[in-house]
Amino acid sequence: MNRAAPISRPDRSFYAVAGFALALLVVGLLAAHRMEAGGHVVTGMNNSIVWGVPHVFAIFLIVAASGVLNVASIGSVFGNPVYKTRARLSGLLCLAMLAGGLMVLMLDLGRPERLVVAATHYNFRSVFAWNVFLYSGMFAIVAVYLWTLMEQRMNRHAKSAGLVAFVWRLVLTTGTGSIFGFLVARQGFGSALLAPMFILMSFAWGLAVFYIAQSVIYAWNGMRLPDAIHRRMRNLLGIFVASVLYMVAAQHLTNLYFARQVAFERFALLEGGVYPALFWFGYVLLGSLLPLVLIYAPRLGGQRASLWAALLVVAGAFCQLYAFIIGGQAFPLEMFPGATVRSTFLDGEVAPYVPSWPEFALGIGGVGAALLITVIGVRVLDFLPHDEDADAGRDSARAGVPAREAAATPGVPAAASR
Amino acid sequence: MSPRESAAGEDRGVSRRAVLAFGGAALAGTLLAPGIRLIEIAGAQVARPAGEPASGKVRWGMLIDTTRCVPDCDKCVQACNTENGLSGGRAPTDPQWIRKIEIRLERTGRTVYAPVMCQHCAQPPCVDVCPTGASFKRADGIVLVDRHTCIGCRYCMMACPYKARSFVHEPLHDQKADVPRGKGCVESCTMCVHRIDKGLTPACVQACPEGVFVFGDLNDPGSAIARRVREIASSQIRPDLALDTAVRYHGI
Repeated sequence: MNRAAPISRPDRSFYAVAGFALALLVVGLLAAHRMEAGGHVVTGMNNSIVWGVPHVFAIFLIVAASGVLNVASIGSVFGNPVYKTRARLSGLLCLAMLAGGLMVLMLDLGRPERLVVAATHYNFRSVFAWNVFLYSGMFAIVAVYLWTLMEQRMNRHAKSAGLVAFVWRLVLTTGTGSIFGFLVARQGFGSALLAPMFILMSFAWGLAVFYIAQSVIYAWNGMRLPDAIHRRMRNLLGIFVASVLYMVAAQHLTNLYFARQVAFERFALLEGGVYPALFWFGYVLLGSLLPLVLIYAPRLGGQRASLWAALLVVAGAFCQLYAFIIGGQAFPLEMFPGATVRSTFLDGEVAPYVPSWPEFALGIGGVGAALLITVIGVRVLDFLPHDEDADAGRDSARAGVPAREAAATPGVPAAASR
Repeated sequence: MSPRESAAGEDRGVSRRAVLAFGGAALAGTLLAPGIRLIEIAGAQVARPAGEPASGKVRWGMLIDTTRCVPDCDKCVQACNTENGLSGGRAPTDPQWIRKIEIRLERTGRTVYAPVMCQHCAQPPCVDVCPTGASFKRADGIVLVDRHTCIGCRYCMMACPYKARSFVHEPLHDQKADVPRGKGCVESCTMCVHRIDKGLTPACVQACPEGVFVFGDLNDPGSAIARRVREIASSQIRPDLALDTAVRYHGI
């Protein structure tokens, strides 16, 4: 087997990227300090919108973390060699994003210093408490899984560990979706559909993040992704994006069928201002339809187009989560059906919310933490995909790729292969 | 009149006054005692001895008669703020443990006013979702937040169907000794648990000049609230959720 050295770029690039990630992390920590010292009044959150932009970032990172592990699962559990070689990077990204997401979630608590309380007091009826176990368990399982992948003596256990990780990640995303699914009183949430919808969302977002990370790492190392592998990942991303779109349509159509939910749907899809705008233009158009065009249009199917598609899927995910999480809270609780209500506590009114810089900074800090862990991991350990030259070449030839491109296999710098 | 007569007369007069006073007191006692007893049942309860846990035999509740609640009065809200040391501010980040909601029925145009606070559900969603168990229900049905284990995740606020909970967004000053609060924690109506434990009624109940509130033990068939909910039609907010609230409304 012809294996490449992990990373061969000059130190300057590594330090530049790591320094950038560290800067993001520091900004996030400063924002958290600002929120801790001044209270949440420095944010745009209030007694109606209790989860704001930090939750958008945190839930994206956590859901995408479970989804990014799919690449490893397809390799280890379902035995696909192309994905198997990417299992390590997939595991690293999973750990990095989970850490970033949990950091944001924790620092957005009203009392982040009481983390020990959260770790020692459990209410087992709470889906939040289940998630504490699911998240910490995910760290442990993925760490063991990575060990079985990277330590030759442990390789024979990789399939079993991969299977456990795969099942665990499905349960984890079910748990994250259920955080909203169990909210019986809110029109925007409280649906059993949310658990499978979150699983599909994790598939799409995770693969998009993996594709972006893989493209950057390959470019950083002067390598080119074989077209056959690119095509597989691109097509899979297309299927996932379409699947999420289907689930979202099913959720809204179900609601539209129930008379009691029609007012909420009118708000979420038409009259809610920023929320329907983000849903239609951000999520549906830019985050789903445009990526599908970039993926499936015959003349656009190149690697650059796929990278754009993946970037748009991630941007669409943020729009979708903002409309879903914050829009779901902004719509007034219906306490007296058939009545118009008003009070000093914004009953019957659409709740105001203007996100503040500490909220964005904290969320970006979580992204910075994930980036930093990934960059250091890729630099220090052997996380790069190692495709076998023969396999890549065969795949490329079968797909009718020009010989020159076929020769540019991963693991071999493009310049050297020419 | 000689001093002797005067004295005799005085003696006689005192004796007559004493008899009249005793008779009057006895008559008043006979007539008023049942009324006083009713007020005791409807109002002040027996204080809970220190160190004794809340009784599971009791379920404190309120009946709110919206037909008596008048538009321009917010004495219950003010009393709550004063009792619990709340600022009384109305910014979206200010806590409001009780607020008065104007409810206009769309089909009939009828308007009613209802004070709404934590409904002290028998099956509280806030308690179910709290990851640390900081949200809890006392044996006597009062739903509270433990300030020491609340991590400020705000999941209970997401879960509450009544928007009854507030988050402390700012540092606090000059807190009431009986009502400890904390920045970064979630809080809500305690049904003035500190007053109930002393045998008093909640501040909002006491402050209402219109007699909107009836407070008492829903489990005691002889209590004023139990009798009242037996006699008149009352309902819960969002009865479809089957949370079995301790706060009931008449006239909605």
